[in-house]
Formats: sequence, C-alpha cells, structure tokens
Amino acid sequence: MPATEPLVKVEGLRKLFPLNRGFLRESNSFIHAVDDVNFSIPPGESLALVGESGSGKTTTGKLLVRLIDPTAGHIYLKADGTQVDIASIPGKGMKAFRRQVQMIFQDPYESLNPRRTIFDTVSEPLAVQGIGHVLEREERVAELLVLVGLSPPSTFMFRFPHELSGGQRQRVAIARALVIEPKFVVADEPTSMLDVSVRTGIMHLMQELADRLGVTYLYITHDLAVARYMSTRLAVMYLGKIVEMGDTEEVLRNPLHPYTKALLSAVPIPDPTLQRQPPDIKGGISKPIDPMPRCRFYDRCPLAAKVCEENDHPPLEDKGAGHYAACYLV
Amino acid sequence: MSIGQDSLKPGHVGGISLEREERERLMAQPLWQVRLRLMFRSLRTNWALFAENKIGVIGLAIIAFFALIAIAHPILMGRVWDSNVYDPIIGFDPNEAIQPAPPSAAHPLGTDPLGRDVLSQLMFSASSEFILGLVAALITATIATTVGAIAAYFGGAVDVIFMRLADLIIMLPFVTTLIVLSSLFELDLPKLAVVIGLFAGFGATTVIIKSQALTVKVRTYIEAARVAGGSNWHIIFRHIIPNLLPLSFLYMMFTVTSAIFSEAALSFFGLLNIRMSWGLMIHTAQTAGYLLNPDTWWLIIPAGLSITLLCAAFYLVGRAMDEVVNPRLRKR
Amino acid sequence: MAEPVLTVDDLTMHYMTRAGEVSAVDNVSFALAEGESMGLVGESGCGKTSIATSLLKLLPENAHIKGGHIWFKGVDFAALSEDEMRKYRWRNISMVFQAAMNSLNPVYKVGDQISEAMDTHLGVFTREQTRQRIAELFQLVGLDPKLMEQYPHEYSGGMRQRAVIAMALSCNPDLIIADEPTTALDVIVQDSLLREMRLLQDRLGMAMIYISHDIAVIAEVSEKIGVMYAGRLVEWAKSEEIFHRPIHPYTAALMSAFPSVTGPKRELAMLSGEPPDLLHPPPGCRFHPRCPFATEICKEQVPDFKDHGGGHYAACWHPLGGD
Repeated sequence: MPATEPLVKVEGLRKLFPLNRGFLRESNSFIHAVDDVNFSIPPGESLALVGESGSGKTTTGKLLVRLIDPTAGHIYLKADGTQVDIASIPGKGMKAFRRQVQMIFQDPYESLNPRRTIFDTVSEPLAVQGIGHVLEREERVAELLVLVGLSPPSTFMFRFPHELSGGQRQRVAIARALVIEPKFVVADEPTSMLDVSVRTGIMHLMQELADRLGVTYLYITHDLAVARYMSTRLAVMYLGKIVEMGDTEEVLRNPLHPYTKALLSAVPIPDPTLQRQPPDIKGGISKPIDPMPRCRFYDRCPLAAKVCEENDHPPLEDKGAGHYAACYLV
Repeated sequence: MSIGQDSLKPGHVGGISLEREERERLMAQPLWQVRLRLMFRSLRTNWALFAENKIGVIGLAIIAFFALIAIAHPILMGRVWDSNVYDPIIGFDPNEAIQPAPPSAAHPLGTDPLGRDVLSQLMFSASSEFILGLVAALITATIATTVGAIAAYFGGAVDVIFMRLADLIIMLPFVTTLIVLSSLFELDLPKLAVVIGLFAGFGATTVIIKSQALTVKVRTYIEAARVAGGSNWHIIFRHIIPNLLPLSFLYMMFTVTSAIFSEAALSFFGLLNIRMSWGLMIHTAQTAGYLLNPDTWWLIIPAGLSITLLCAAFYLVGRAMDEVVNPRLRKR
Repeated sequence: MAEPVLTVDDLTMHYMTRAGEVSAVDNVSFALAEGESMGLVGESGCGKTSIATSLLKLLPENAHIKGGHIWFKGVDFAALSEDEMRKYRWRNISMVFQAAMNSLNPVYKVGDQISEAMDTHLGVFTREQTRQRIAELFQLVGLDPKLMEQYPHEYSGGMRQRAVIAMALSCNPDLIIADEPTTALDVIVQDSLLREMRLLQDRLGMAMIYISHDIAVIAEVSEKIGVMYAGRLVEWAKSEEIFHRPIHPYTAALMSAFPSVTGPKRELAMLSGEPPDLLHPPPGCRFHPRCPFATEICKEQVPDFKDHGGGHYAACWHPLGGD
C-alpha cells in the first residue's frame, strides 16, 4: 500500500499548566498535561486516543482544535494541498482553520445552547463563516439533519434542545460538526454519556459518515471497547505521554507496554463464567506535576528496573510492524 | 446573493438532497414568522409557570390596575371632567368652601390645600411613575447585562475596572447621593430616570449579572461556538447575553421599585423639578402643615398607599419570576 | 432458597409531575436471599434507581407507592410510617448513592461523618469503640485508617467512594444497595473497588443489590440479575443464565450492544428508537415499539412475568429460544 501523506501530523506537542500563579509572580511549578506527544493520522482513517483521567487525552483534543494554545510543538494539517501548522496560526488565519477542523463534545446536554433552536445551532458555523444566505443555509441544515438520521428535518429544525433526547442531541452535535465539511473531526467521548442502546446507533452513524464523507477522526475515549470499534489505530496515553501506539486489533490482542496490559485486564468481562486476572499494577494515578526525569510509569510498573529509573522517560519506538511502545524492557 | 464558491450546492454533503415535498414544507414559512411563533410559545409556557405562584399574579393585577387608571385619566379629563376644576395641577373648585375639602360626591378623594382634586392628581401621576420606573429599569438592564457579560468574558483589567467601579457605587448611600445630586443639578423626571438607571446599572446589578455570566462562560456550548469559529463578540452577544436575559429582566423589576421609591423620597423633600407626582402630593400636604393631621387623611393616605402598592407589586412580580428564571427548572 | 431477606412483591410506584403521572416502577417482584448478591441492570429512566429509593422509602414528596409489598424479614416496609421506617434505615438496609463521592459533607472530617451515622443509628458505642470500629471499616474497604482525620477534598475520587461504602457498612446492615458506585471512576480503580466489594460481601455475609447500566460490571459482582426496562422487570435469573440463555429480546439486545475488548470483533446490534416516555408508556409490553419480534398481542396485553424453568423469569410473548 503506498504511503499516503498524513492529514494530521503532531510533533513534540506540549502543554504545561502553571500552578500557583500570582499576579506578578511567575510560577515555578507546572502540570505537564501533554508532554512531547507525536502521532500522525492518514486521511480517511481514525485514531483513538485512550487513557484514564489525567492522561492528557482531552487536553490533546482541545489543543488540536485550538481551544487551548500549546506551550510548544507543531500540529501540521494538510489542507487544500498546503501544510499549515495549527499551533502557530496567527489570529487572522483562525477562521479559515475552523473550516477544516471541528469538534464533537462529550455531553449532549451541555454542548447545545438551550436558548437556540436546532437550526440556529447547526447553522452557526455557516453563519459565522459567512457561507451562503439564509435560505441556502436552511436547506443545508435540513440535508444534514437527514444525514444524521433526524428525519423529517422540518420536525426538528425549530425545536429546542430540551425537547430532544440525548441521542438526538448528539446527532445534532454531529450535524453541527459536519455542516461546513471539515477535513478533520475531534470526537471527545461522544458516546460516554448516552444510554447503551443509543450508543451503538451513534457509533454506527459516525462510522457511516466517516466512510461517506471521507472525514478523518481523532476519537478520544477512556473505553477500550469503544475505541476498538471506532478506530483503525490506537494510542494509549499515560500522564501526558503516549506509551503505546499501533494498529487497534494488534495493540489489543498483543499489548506490549505494562500499562496497556493493566488497562486491558481491568476491563470487566460481560461473562460471569470467565474469571479475570487482577491488573498487574500498583498504586494510584497521580498528577503529572514536575515529573522526575525517569519513566513516568516507574512507580506503578510491575517490571520496574534500574534502567527505568536512571534514564529519562523512554522514547516511543517501533517495536516491529508499526507497533510502537515507550518502554526499555519490551 | 451567494458568495462565489461559498454558495451551498444542494445535495453536496453526503449526497443527501431534500425531496421536493420536504423542501416546500420547510420553505413554506419565512424564518421570522417561525421565530415569532416560537417566541409566543415560550411566552405561554413561561406564563403558565409564573401564574402558578399566587403572589406574582397579585402583583401583576395591581400593576394592571394602576396602568388602567393611568390610561383612564386623559379620557376622564377629556370627556367627563371639567378641566378647570379637575386639572391636577392648576384646577380649582370654587364650590368648596374649605380647602382642603374632605371626600364628597364631586371629589371622591377630596381636594388638596390648593383646591385641586386628589383623585385626578393620583391618576395623572400614575403614568409618570410608570414611565420613570420602566425607563430607569431599561437603562439598568442594558448597562448591567452588557457590562456584566463583557467583564465576565474578558476578565483581567476590564473586569477589575468595572468591578471596582461597582464597589464604589455600592458604597454610596443611594437616596442621600440622589439628594446631593439634586441640589447640584436640577433634576426632572427624565434626568432622574437616567441617574437611577446609571446608578443601579453600574452597581450591584452588574456584579450579580456578571457572576451569572461567569457560569455561562464555562459551559460547553460556548466552547462549541468558539470551535465553530465564533468571534468574541459573537459569543458575547449571541450566546452569553441571551442566557442572561431572564436574570436581567428579573432585576428590572427591582429597579422599578427602587426608582419609584426614590422619586417619592426626593419629591417629599421638594428636591425634584416636577409638576405632579405621588411624592409631591405628600410634600404639598407637609408644607401646608397637614402631614400628621388625622382629619385630613385623604391628603396622604391615597398617595402613600399608591407608592407602597406599586412598589410592592413590582417586587412581588420579581419574586414570582424567580421561579421561572431559576435553572432548577431545566428539564433533562 | 431459605427464607429470603428481602421479597419485593408487585411493587408499583408513581410520581406526580406538572405534566401528569409518571409510572416509574410497575409491578416489580423479586426475592433476595441472605448474603446473596443481585444486580439490577437497565438504561436511564428504566426505574432501577426508583426501586432503590422505594425500598428505603426515601421518596420525594410527589412520589408514592401505589401498590405492592416490600417484605424485609417479615416486615412490610410499604406499610410503615416514616418514624418506623427510620429504625430500619442504615441499621438493616443502607445505600450507597449515585455519585456518592459528592455526598460527603466537605466541612467535616470523614471519620466524624461516619461516627455521626453510627451514633445516630446505634448509639451504643463509646467514643473509643466507635473509632476502633471505623478503623476496622477503613481497613476493610482498603483505606489507611489515618485518613479518618482528613477532609473529603483531600481524598481522591476512588478513596471517597470507599469512604462512602465504609459509612454504609458501619451499622452492619443485612442489605446494602449500591447505585452505580463505580460509574465515575477510572477502570483500574473500578476494578479494585469491585474486588473489594466482592470480598466484603463474602466476609460480612450481607446481601447486596448492585445497580448499574453496565452489564459487564454487573456480571462480575452479581449472582442473580434483574433486567429492567421502562419501569418493569423484564427478566430475572442467575447471571450465567442471563448471559448465555437470555429469554427477553431486550436482554439479548443489551448483551450484543456492548462492545467487547477481548474475543473476536462482533457486529454490534442496533436498537432503533429510544426508551419510552414514562408519562405515556406504550400499552401492552412496553418494549414492543423497538422489538423486532413484536406482534399484535404485544401491543395489547402485558405479558406475564413467569418462570420459564429453573427460576429463570421473563415477561415476553415471544421468548427467545421458544417457550
């Protein structure tokens, strides 16, 4: 298969949050929320970013849509043939950038303004970008509503969010993200707040739309099972770093990094006849505040050895066939 | 009027295009009609919520009563009453031997020391009280909402400036300051409305609305609007302020109360340059020496009662509206 | 089984809203033996939390039990007054609420909150004995007893959850109801908490009702499982039965709607529609609008909740695997 130029390429991405910042005082203590993250996503594919709370996955998502500004690093987006570094777009370029990258949020109850109609919400990107006039926008919004399964659109257009169910609201959020035909969509746990029976419908919808519209996804989730169904590639994050990355099925079937193994073994199995081994991990998750120059996973790792403590956090290396892991011992 | 390559070709996204029937149903009603219909619908639900609370309805009834008598006055003056006798400011009844005359058939609330009909005065003042109250309230609401939203959204220096200004204003005693101002400038009703509006607008109300704006600012849909490409002003005026409006409306009610009451106080001290108001009626009674005289109750009680009732009415409406405004009602 | 510690018999609970009467729990019946663990699984709005609050009679003002009995060791809770009910709460039945980590009072030390619960309901221990007991409880749930002296904000989410569980155990109840105790927690913390709860159950011999929307979690902790849909219990059986031989189509759909991390990658089944509005629930079987096997009788008559063999109950006109 010929190697395709990636649509999104993240290099050395860093985000540090200062602690104890006074009015005039500079902070000397930082939370390393995202620390030297690198990955790339080919066009039309999807990457799942998996991790627990505090892993930095949500922050990474927000950095990619520039809701937060990165402290360092590059985010290359290939748009219309040219490569743009999202991390350093000047103010004027932001609007054009917003046409290429969109986001679907986690909470369907919160991501829609309760005082605006569905039409207002979905047409907002069009209105803000100055695309088309009102009648054209109405028609485009209606087409999007049909696309996401809210048919007939005339019954939904002028409703308010509180009149819709959670699943329907999330469909509206998806419509809003896609209305300006972005190339890249960051989905931040779009199904975790939905009922199970509704969840599969949304997941199917997102898959279908990905195929149909050729959208590239970054799928953020804490749920490995969901990641399995939504992505072709998987990256596991821990305390701001990616510790394992590769083809989804490969990583899940054959995890290399001890953290990934622990995560996998912690997932409850919906079969009462099967016994599950306890995850091989000690201690509790901590905040990445001023981390020491050693492997971030050292104090919880069952394999921890001297080499892990004496050296810096291990680099993410290809351990064979595109399966990357950040560990000295595998 | 499409914009070059940015026009929206139907059927472009995912190959979906609308069927003719559906498109026609959609385009049947122009947008502004739809929005009007939606507004009426939400007004009706809000009214239902409001009406459950008896005090709100009582307040509204009192306001309606005063509104009616305000409207009735010019009609009475035009058709029923002889303007020479019943004019609230320059009328005089030569038939009454003693002024002030007690209530009678000709003068249901008697006459004042200058021979003017008290009922006519009462009704005439009602309209100016309303106008004063509502103008002041509108100024307050506009200022407080805009300033509150901006201070909350931008934070930093802007926030500090407006909040310290609010602190200063809150520190000043309201009526006393008005008295000082009225001795420096000649205050008439419009000027008074503006002064009260500014005072309340930059003062406590701003702080309250700003704290509400702070809770709106961190909502996810604001992030979503930013990702959609909304500029700061777009977010402030299209997202934050609409979510503040219920609270602004609520505080408007309280401003009306404050305005009517302050005007009454200033008029009582004779510091306002107005021709007729309820406060002025009491002032007239006082300067003529009839203030504490129980035999001439009609000089004070009607005016005093009107002030109290109208102020209370707006306050009650405000309290009842709290139920409607309170996010507790948000449905999931 | 031996005399069950809890028997719910035809329980029906409605609550009044501005828009009308919501039928939150409808003719629910099940029994729980001493020391047995049971799971109640279903989606939002299915009534599982409503059942829990009904059992403890912790209902809001606009809710009332319209019918049925709640037999707890021979006493019918449904018939008790509030004062009488108070004697049983926390001593015999206690509850760990949803997002319980937020139900700790931030201005009191955690140890003090637990001792308050114990003093209120038991009132027999001296101060020293109470502290001793709390230290034991903390160790039971995997917390360092020194943490007694700290405030809730100094605990992590998982630790707070354990503290709340310790509080629920403090009066040695016969039955604990846990409503989504691990939903807000990370998967590794959830794992250790689930293991602790299973151990606790074995050691203390108490019965447990575990409520969750996550069937995988329920599978790991429950011996028996009740599946709820739209206020009704649609299936009730031993865990293995539910998973390997589901009878009700909703149960089967729920199973296959959960993606799994291990094993072959299955196609996920899709359920069209949404759970019904309990203000105007559909007539007959409440699942019929979404059921691929629905026929006329499903739309008209409520199916009986009956035993399909070996204590496996279901309410369906077209049970899977034939009748």
